[in-house]
This record gives sequence, C-alpha cells and structure tokens, in this order.
Amino acid sequence: MNLFKLSWNYLKDKPLNTMLNILLMSLGIAIILVLILLSTQLEENLGKNKRGIDLVVGAKGSPLQLILANVYHIDFPTGNIKLDEAKGLMRNRLVKSAIPLALGDSYRGFRIVGTNHDYINLYQGEVADGVLWSYNLEATIGSNVAKRLGMKIGDEFFGSHGMSDAGMDHDEKSYVVVGILEPSGSVLDNLVMTNIESVWAVHDHEEEHEHEEGEAHDHDEKELGSAYQTGLPDGDSDDEITSLLIQYRSPMGAVQMPRMINSNTNMQAASPAFETQRLFSLLGIGVNLLRSFAYIIIIISGLSIFISLYNALKDRKYDLAIMRSLGASRAKLFVHVVLEGVIITVLGGLLGFVLGHGLTEALASSYEKSEEVGVTGLVFVNQEIYVLLIAIGVGIFASLIPAFNAYKTDISKVLADD
Amino acid sequence: MISVDNLSFGYSDHKILSIPHLEVQEGQHLMVLGSSGSGKTTLLHILGGLLAPTEGKITIGKTDLYALSNQQIDKYRGQNIGLIFQKPHLISALSVEDNLVLAQYLSGAAQDKGRAIEVLEELNLGHKAKSKVKALSQGEQQRVTIARALLNRPRIILADEPTASLDDANAHKVIQLLKSQAEKYKASLMIATHDQRVKDEFDLHLNLTAA
Repeated sequence: MNLFKLSWNYLKDKPLNTMLNILLMSLGIAIILVLILLSTQLEENLGKNKRGIDLVVGAKGSPLQLILANVYHIDFPTGNIKLDEAKGLMRNRLVKSAIPLALGDSYRGFRIVGTNHDYINLYQGEVADGVLWSYNLEATIGSNVAKRLGMKIGDEFFGSHGMSDAGMDHDEKSYVVVGILEPSGSVLDNLVMTNIESVWAVHDHEEEHEHEEGEAHDHDEKELGSAYQTGLPDGDSDDEITSLLIQYRSPMGAVQMPRMINSNTNMQAASPAFETQRLFSLLGIGVNLLRSFAYIIIIISGLSIFISLYNALKDRKYDLAIMRSLGASRAKLFVHVVLEGVIITVLGGLLGFVLGHGLTEALASSYEKSEEVGVTGLVFVNQEIYVLLIAIGVGIFASLIPAFNAYKTDISKVLADD
Repeated sequence: MISVDNLSFGYSDHKILSIPHLEVQEGQHLMVLGSSGSGKTTLLHILGGLLAPTEGKITIGKTDLYALSNQQIDKYRGQNIGLIFQKPHLISALSVEDNLVLAQYLSGAAQDKGRAIEVLEELNLGHKAKSKVKALSQGEQQRVTIARALLNRPRIILADEPTASLDDANAHKVIQLLKSQAEKYKASLMIATHDQRVKDEFDLHLNLTAA
C-alpha cells in the first residue's frame, strides 16, 4: 500500500466518473496536439521550401498565388512573362542569382517544371539514380513521383496540359526519364524537371502542327539544352517563362527591386517570406480559434476534476478522518488528494498524446496531398511537452482546493458527528 | 500507563469537560459512562490525540502527548493507540485486507499481509479478506474496525460507543472480544458508552455528567 495505490483505488471505485474526466482531458489535449503537429510541420516545410528565394517575379496577379504556384507548386500560375524581360532582369546588379521556371504541364498530377540545374542545387537535391537532364525532352523526376507512379529510368511519358489529371495530353512529343532524385523533403520530391526548351518544344510542336501541317519534322534528333545548367535559354522574342526565383546580392535588393519591378514593368514581384507570413496570419485566426476551443475543453476537464474531487470529499471526510486517526499526517492526505488529480491528468495526457498523434496520422494518410506537404503523425514536437505539463498543472490546480480541505479536516469534529 | 492531570476542555464560560486527575494502570480497563453530551467522546478524542485539550496534561507511558508536534502525534497515535468508533468507518474503496494494510502503511509500520490475515482470522474474518467492505454486514464491519485497531499491537485501545448499533447478543460478543484481545496484547482498554447492557462488564468506571 502506498499513496499512489490508495488514490488509484479511489479512482477505480468510481470508474465512470474517472473515465469521463480522463476522456475530457484527453480530448482537449488531442485537439491541441493535432493543431501543433499540423502547424509546426506545415510551417517547417513551407519555411524549408522558400529558403534561398528572396523574391519571385512572375506575371501580374495575386502575389500569394504567385508564391503558392512557383515556390510551393500548389496553386495555378498567374500567367507568363516575356523571356526578354526576364533576361533584362537577370542583368540587374542587385540580382545575385535567378532561377527560371516554366510551368503549365503535368504528368498524372505531378507538375512538369522547366528549369535548370540551379533549381536542384537550391534544395540540395541529390541524384539517386541516373543523371540530371541535359538534352531537350529529358526529365529527372522526384523520389515521390517515381515511387507513386512506379517510374524508372528509360520510361517515356506524355505531359498533359494544365495541372490536373484531366488535362489534355500533348501526345506528339514524349519525355524520357533520365534520372531519379533522392528524397529531400522539399518540393523536388513531387516534381518532374526538365529543360525550359523541352516545355516550349511540347507546346510549339502543337502550334506548328496546327499551322504548318504537312511539314516534315525530325523527331529523333536529340538537341542539347542551351542553358540546362544555369541561366536562361536562348529562345526568341515570342518565348515566355512563368517566373524567376531571385536571390539578392545585397539587402539593398529588398528595398529597391520589388518596387522597381511592380511599378516599371509588366511583371509582378512577391516575397515568399512576406506572403507565407500573410498566409499564416490568415490561417492563424482559424488555428487560434481551434486552439482556444481546445484549451477551454482542458479547463472544463480541470473543472470537472475539481467538482468530482470536491463532491467526493464530502462523502470522504470520514475516510480522511479515519486515515488521520490511523496515523496519516495532514501532508500525506494533501498529497493523496492531489495525486488523484494528477493520475487523471497524466492518464488523460497519455491518452490525448496517443489520440492526437493517431488522429494526425489518420488525417495525413487519408489526404493524399499530405505527403507532398510532408505531414505525418509519427513525429514528436517539443511544444507537446509544454502542453502535457500544462495539463498536469491543470490537474494539480483543480485538486488544490479539495486537497486543502482534506488537509484541514478536523478529525475530532468529523468523527464526533456520527 | 495513562495519566490525566488538570484536564479541561471548553470555553471559560462553558466547560464541557473537567477532570482533575485520572490514572489507568497497565492492563486495567476503564468504562467511561455518561449520557450523551457529557463529554465521553471528547475525552476519548483527547486521549487519542485527536483533539487538543484547553488545559491539562495527558501522559501515556512516559510520553507527554500534547508536547509532541501535530505530525508526531499522528505518528504516535498510529503506532500506539487503536481507535474504534460507533460506526464502522472503513475505506469502502479498498478490500478488507487492504484496509488493514493501509493502517500499517499510514502508521509507518512495515506492511505485513500475514499479520493482517492473522488478526482477521482471530476475529473469524479470514474468509472475508478479499471482500469489498460494502459486501460485509454491519457486525462484520465492526469486527474489521476492531481488527484494524488491534493490528499494530497498540498499548491503548479506545472505543467510542462500540455497541450502540449492535443487538444484545452482538453487543456482549463485541465487549468480550475487545476485552480478550486487549488482554492478549496487554493493552489498556477504555470504552465510552451509555449502553446499559454493557456497563457492568468492567470494574473501573468513570461517570461523566453533563456540565
């Protein structure tokens, strides 16, 4: 026999009450943990993917959309910008480096991105198998693309127009897989990457096909990309790209470039840092609301613990007096009652921990995009410790008043009151 | 064994209890008689260290009881004084056996299940050791409280109206039981009662009258 066993026996004696308190506590904790897990992982992944990109320059439209489409590849592009204008921008002395992107096509839900090798280096991508693309219509695919579609080197495929499965196929020119990347936990995992000229070629071909029908084409000719490693491809005055990912040479760039681009050109500049922060402040309202809701549940469960202990103590004042008469000190009874609150919250906390992680994992695995965003329930975030500590704090706090009542039980009076 | 000197309890204008001198030798048993409100329970509580007297000195053996700190009194009581109350207050969340083990734990004694069973068997309760308290009859519960009081081999057994809720046959049985057990453990037994059925069981009487 010890105080823990004693408190546990009291809890076992009222199973329904105890269950209710544990469930309430675990529910509150589970909701908070789900929110913490989702938001920290989302924040972490969004942060990881925008690293090294100071400014995104693309067609006019919503700046948030520009960022979502070109950095995270989750929204549709705002449109295209002229290759010549992009070239002009690259010569700007404030620009340290610029990576061009040409979007617009996809293969079975995975985006085809026309770019150069700088883009791979930006995310420290490593080749797992094969090589990076260099000839036109060669493609290197992300690890997740390879896994999900079961693709391997040498496979040929047709891109389809648009970003969804339902797009029309460009069935004249096929890409060939020349390399597969290592998983990097970045957007690269879910992309199909190729030369910008390959993206042009697929589209040009259709136009040529329509307008200059009958003209002969040599399909087998392999053409080396003009800028597959870095910089912009040659192209002509009609050619377009979707965006440029810019890194400034100095902090001066942050002051001058966005304004210069937005007011003097047909292009739009948006800062990933600023836009993701804006996105989070928008999402934050909902998250905060849910979080307060969860804290209210925890407080209510604390209140419920308090009420059940307080009520139980009315029936238990004889028990407490008897325990005193058997030699228990006041402090021992105080601890005995506080222990009951603590046992409930610790059990509630553990159950909440399991529920929270289980729920997150269930959500993550039922939502197919979650792998792209990189959300899982099987990680531990440091913040969780604080939530569990807060919960135990609530349990102790809820049992303080009942425990204090137990502490000051007047044994003689209670026993004489028979 | 127990000596009481200049004991008084109550307020200056309303004395509940006043005992100039009382002494009970080792092995002697005392019957405290009096109608309700005469201070029987108060006296037992004072002797048991549950209630500090307004004035006076209680000495048990060589210990001046109220010179001890609160915590020391709790401990002293747990180890040396067995208390039995009118109603059988047991911890209903625990089994009969665990109620006894709890008494060992709270008094700071070693937890000895064998001893608990031994005492239960002496009181013919061995077969009820694993039962829930609620499953016991009133008389059985009262015997468990006696077992609990005897468990730590107390030097003094204080019983407050132990027979009040029992029928004639059981009342005598309980008194005989208390007497024989007290003799076995060489403890002083003090019973406070207004029960006419049992008052002649002991030679030593203390008559309290309402002040």
